[in-house]
Amino acid sequence: MSTTQFDTADSKRRERLATIERSLKSRHARERRFRRLGLTAVVSGLVLVAILFASILMRGVPAFWQATLYLDVYFDPEVIQISERPVQAPGESDAEFRERELAWLGELGRVNWNVLIDEALKAELPGEIESRQTRDLRALVASAERHALRERVMHAPELVGQTLNVKMLASANVDVWLKGNIDRSLPDHRQQLSAQTREWADYLAAEGVIRNSFSTALFVNPDSRSSSASAGLAGAFMGSLFMMLIVIVLSVPLGVASAIYLEEFAPKNRLTDLIEININNLAAVPSIVFGLLGAAIFIGYLRLPLSAPLVGGLVLTLMTLPTIIIATRASLRSIPPSIRQAALGIGASRVQTVFHHVLPLALPGILTGSILGVAQALGETAPLLLIGMNAFVANVPSSPLDQATALPVQIYLWQGNELRNFFEARTSAAIIVLLALMLSLNAVAIWLRKKFETRW
Amino acid sequence: MTVSVSVPTATHKRTSQNERIKMSARGVKVFYGENEALHGIDLDIIENEVIAFIGPSGCGKSTFLRCLNRMNDTIANCRVEGNVTLDGEDIYAPSLDVVLLRAQVGIVFQKPNPFPKSIYENVAYGPRLHGLAKRRPELDDIVESSLRRAGLWDEVKDRLDQPGTGLSGGQQQRLCIARTIAVSPEVILMDEPCSALDPIATGKIEQLIDELSESYTIVMVTHNMQQAARVAHKTAFFHLGEVVEIGDTDDIFTNPREQRTHDYITGRFG
Repeated sequence: MSTTQFDTADSKRRERLATIERSLKSRHARERRFRRLGLTAVVSGLVLVAILFASILMRGVPAFWQATLYLDVYFDPEVIQISERPVQAPGESDAEFRERELAWLGELGRVNWNVLIDEALKAELPGEIESRQTRDLRALVASAERHALRERVMHAPELVGQTLNVKMLASANVDVWLKGNIDRSLPDHRQQLSAQTREWADYLAAEGVIRNSFSTALFVNPDSRSSSASAGLAGAFMGSLFMMLIVIVLSVPLGVASAIYLEEFAPKNRLTDLIEININNLAAVPSIVFGLLGAAIFIGYLRLPLSAPLVGGLVLTLMTLPTIIIATRASLRSIPPSIRQAALGIGASRVQTVFHHVLPLALPGILTGSILGVAQALGETAPLLLIGMNAFVANVPSSPLDQATALPVQIYLWQGNELRNFFEARTSAAIIVLLALMLSLNAVAIWLRKKFETRW
Repeated sequence: MTVSVSVPTATHKRTSQNERIKMSARGVKVFYGENEALHGIDLDIIENEVIAFIGPSGCGKSTFLRCLNRMNDTIANCRVEGNVTLDGEDIYAPSLDVVLLRAQVGIVFQKPNPFPKSIYENVAYGPRLHGLAKRRPELDDIVESSLRRAGLWDEVKDRLDQPGTGLSGGQQQRLCIARTIAVSPEVILMDEPCSALDPIATGKIEQLIDELSESYTIVMVTHNMQQAARVAHKTAFFHLGEVVEIGDTDDIFTNPREQRTHDYITGRFG
């Protein structure tokens, strides 16, 4: 009898185990399914990012090199008919000297520099070139190069009478033609360049007079419309730099200070609750709204200049503040209260507790949050459009009050440029520069976090 | 039963034997929001004695301990009523600087909480904060003597520049005690200082408390009745936000006058 009892108990036990086993199977299956789902999400995300980077790099990297002419330019005294460069005579007043200098600069300006380039080209090209072909000839070289020659002579008048090998940018259309960014089989009337110019371009490229050289113009020149080949990012870069400095100087101290006050000192009441909700909501406000605000307050009411990095910086500061406040508060909140109690228990005041203990420990988080906020501001376009920073600016700004654009705005402007097959690559190159800047900012954030975290 | 009845005559007797009252509480009530956690505590703490607070969890002994150096100030919506004095001065008076109070009444917490700085910096922080050392050698002396008194010097003298958080639990707690005595307080509050420690580390801390009681007044909260019996001169039994009984430790454990005390120390509840 006891055996039967044992058997029943045993069969019950086996049944129970079987039930668990059955449920186990479906549980494992669910786990595997979830893991596969997660993995798929990660992989597809990575693939998309890889495609994005590959397409930008493939299009943008060639734009870092552009068709460049290496021409022996004879600085012909017959063409450059200028007097001696004036030197301030003893006893001469500054105003008098300035007048003479301006007159001299006027002489420089009246020189037909194109002739020098024409002659240099003719020396390289085969056959007689008639004067009616001058138009085709000049289409080879970026139009800004004649100004570059003037600059050279202005800084070194002794060049007159000498021959110098000068590096000149080929025109944007020549660059497009030689890189094959335009269909070579298109009929003449659909080509940007005349048949003659195209032939010469091919000839010069074959002769090694036109070479694909690293484009410093992209980095040192401001934007240009008249001479697309010389269009560069320097103006936008400086504009972005000024704005970043303003954002860092204003939003980081302001944001960190308000976060510390709200988190460590503010009494918990209706008012602080309201402030907290508002800050969280501000972080979610579309950035273009901040642009409207900036246009209304800084430009409309305070009469600050249009298109100025100062205004852009202020707008981006407003936009970045909530991000920095939220990141800083989260970081402060993660510091265990036992540290605060320890400091208070020894007799540190609340300010000392925060500045001696809590803040140093929260620093890596604060820095990371701030840099990510600044990086977000660096990539912002929409609010800048509303304060006039999408204007065409052909100068490199030298102060935050000068007119300027920003890197992302420059990308926006270039991608809308009519000279599509030249600026498509240029746009991707600008995107690469912006991405590189962002990645280095993020790298700094990671480095700072590691540096302060590994202290203990 | 009113609390004043339960203040034993022994206390008065010893007071009359030239034993000075260091701290005194009268009618202390503590509220967390609407909730009254302490219902009027009357209690005297004698200079250079060790007094232990025992009682079941949630009876308010830690809350009362925190009233003694106003650590309750840091808790939102916590309100203290009644009168607490240190050397006859009201510590809740508006004119009193809480920083000065905490320099006189130090606290050691339940869980060791050294700063994530070096051992040296942990101990030097308080003296530096209060400007107790003019020069570096003076500070070095304070650090060494504090670590010696906390019985930690021999274990850490060769690695003062290493993080305090790298020490073992018992060492960390002794470091926290060293940090507290470095500012030369008059009273040291200890909130279950051994509850996170193993028996050997506990033994060391108990021995340390015994030694420290020669120069400091020590108030400790403990869950461990044997510990109270071992180290405390006086013991106060807290229950449901009241002091049920206070007296010489021997009397409390061998001859309690209240039924509730008797039930608690014999393990009927707790």
